[in-house]
Amino acid sequence: MGKIEWAMWANEQALASGLILLTGGIVGVAGQFRGWQFAAYGVAAGVFVCLLEYPRGKRSKGTSVARTGQYCFTVCVKAFGPLTRNYYVRAFLHAAICVPGGFMLATVLGCVCLGIASLIYLAAAIRGEHWEPILPRTETQRKPVPPSIKNPPSNPPPRPPPEMRRKRVDDLEGAAYDNPIPVTANEY
Amino acid sequence: NMGNWIINHGLTSFILVVWMGINIFLFVWFYFFYDLGDQFFYTRHILGSALAWARAPAAVLNFNCLLILLPVCRNLLSLLRGSFCCGRTMRKQLDKNLSFHKLVAYMIGLMTAVHMIAHLLNVEWYNNSRQGVYDKLSTALSNLEDSDNTTYLNPIPFFPTTIPTYFVFTTIAGLTGVIITLCLILIITSSMEVIRRSYFEVFWYTHHLFVIFFAGLVFHGAGRIVRSQNMDTIPPHNFTFCKDRSDDWGRIPECPIPQFRGGFPQTWMWVIGPMVLYLCERLLRFIRYMQAVRYRKIVMRPSKVLELQLVKNGFTMEVGQYVFLNCPAISQLEWHPFTMTSAPEEDFFSVHIRSAGDWTNKLISIMEQLPEGAQGPKMGVDGPFGTASEDVFDYEVAMLVGAGIGVTPFASILKSIWYKFKESNPKLRTRKIYFYWLCRETHAFEWFADLLQVLEKEMDERGMGDFLTYNLYLTGWDQNLTNAVTVRFDEDTDVVTGLKQKTHYGRPIWDKEFEKVRKENPTSVVGTFLCGPEALAKVLEKKCAKYSDVDPRKTKFYFNKENF
Repeated sequence: MGKIEWAMWANEQALASGLILLTGGIVGVAGQFRGWQFAAYGVAAGVFVCLLEYPRGKRSKGTSVARTGQYCFTVCVKAFGPLTRNYYVRAFLHAAICVPGGFMLATVLGCVCLGIASLIYLAAAIRGEHWEPILPRTETQRKPVPPSIKNPPSNPPPRPPPEMRRKRVDDLEGAAYDNPIPVTANEY
Repeated sequence: NMGNWIINHGLTSFILVVWMGINIFLFVWFYFFYDLGDQFFYTRHILGSALAWARAPAAVLNFNCLLILLPVCRNLLSLLRGSFCCGRTMRKQLDKNLSFHKLVAYMIGLMTAVHMIAHLLNVEWYNNSRQGVYDKLSTALSNLEDSDNTTYLNPIPFFPTTIPTYFVFTTIAGLTGVIITLCLILIITSSMEVIRRSYFEVFWYTHHLFVIFFAGLVFHGAGRIVRSQNMDTIPPHNFTFCKDRSDDWGRIPECPIPQFRGGFPQTWMWVIGPMVLYLCERLLRFIRYMQAVRYRKIVMRPSKVLELQLVKNGFTMEVGQYVFLNCPAISQLEWHPFTMTSAPEEDFFSVHIRSAGDWTNKLISIMEQLPEGAQGPKMGVDGPFGTASEDVFDYEVAMLVGAGIGVTPFASILKSIWYKFKESNPKLRTRKIYFYWLCRETHAFEWFADLLQVLEKEMDERGMGDFLTYNLYLTGWDQNLTNAVTVRFDEDTDVVTGLKQKTHYGRPIWDKEFEKVRKENPTSVVGTFLCGPEALAKVLEKKCAKYSDVDPRKTKFYFNKENF
């Protein structure tokens, strides 16, 4: 299991937890449950977690697959700099966010799931992983056109050695290339 | 066209329609059972339709938890495949087992969500009723105790005063429910494609939480907290008459105290069969793993490709099938699939393993350190699996297209065709093969070029140079390559492959190729087989339609989309 980036799984788990917290919160508020204030908190916390976790981070090895339309979220998350880059921060943040969810049945599952996500992020942080934004390749990253292309070539094109270049008169059919002009013997 | 669609997708669509139909039927049936049934009248008074909304998905969950274990019993499926039933179309369905497994999993996830939300409501309503917040009838119902001559309806106990969370965690249903839902969530997040493809071990080990899931599922209903009224009491309690006379219950003869009982847990009846089957499947995998596998030959091919030639008692294969390999020295639990590259006519089976991840890299490094002629590490082999690509032999003319790693099953096919030809096997109707090999670069496939060289030589010796026409298309090339080609253009053999037929650069112009095949085979039926990307499949399908002639005496192209 050496090359696993735990953060990838933590991210999926946290996103799912956000949705579950949100759903539980909505049910608690809509059903006017006792302790609906915790449910309202669950809605807010769920939305926050979803926004934070939606943009996938860049994998350190291999191709990263971005989620649909995640670019604007990436920009927002990136703006918080070290707070969102560091996974220790995320681990403790999720641990703190999940606690109030435990006070009401509707949000308990979201709380536990987020707690688990927090633990996985902790594992990722211990292994030194961090969040990198997936950004589209910008113009400046393309290699600048080398100046030599702008001038006409100063050397002739590479050719096979002369003995191979000589056209084989006795086997015109077998000559490896078609000539647009007719071949005559003893050209050289 | 319609006919083609029905042949290719008809059975799948039929199965999906039947499956969805059963789901809908179960949902609606149980919804009305709980929403209209007289025995639930009093229960509904407290819970409303949240009762039915919880029980209907429960029925769908029972059905789908039954189904989910079946598509992953690959040995069972193999048995089915080899037996009576299966026409090719049916066998191809069995190859889509994993897609069905995922579909059923999505349904389980969805129904779990509905079930859970409905029960959240139920617990809250029961709790409110216990607190006396609702009307008189509700309070009277909740006051019914579990004693000598009364049975209770409201499962939330009087003492200690509970909050919903405490109640859930102190009942069997609640505790098992939370635990198995947690397992389900972990299974789902670790099965997302990103995780599955890149970190297979996380996916595989987390997936084994399904054991806890099924254990919890079986006991989930043991607490019998879904209560219905016992309508067979003597004297009977008529709720229509008695519902507004709760003060008089037990005091007037028409209204004895209503009695309630819990529903008999049924889930185990649904899932016990598949659980046993799955247990047998794992047992069978274990037995197969214990069977001796001997290494006939171990070859390190160029570009870190490992060829293993293995022998196992009683092992028979068909072209295009694959096996699962397990090497305990690397990992006890992991089984990895590899397409076989040998032909059924050979007395061994072979796989070519590319360096593509942790497991394959470790295997290659173990083999590299083996002394000459030694046996390799203990290897378990499960299989073969997959639909055989036997259709290839039915066509007079075959166009075989292999893109990238998709060329692997064609090793098996080409070898088998050649063996059948030499033995004059009547099953072989093929008289001419056009083979198209597309790849970015030939690294890691030099072994395949070697195979083509051997075939080329043998065909030449028999004067059969025409039997196999192959075209290699290098779709990625660089300056070094062009230099090499320019210098050696005059040689007989191709500079890249060493084959007599020259390499092309870039992608094939399919119109030209189909035109050529049609011209050279003016009256034949041509079968086109692809192992490669979906985009290419669409292109070839179109070309087959375009170049087929309505006239039955002229050339006809049939496109076969095989899942190797």
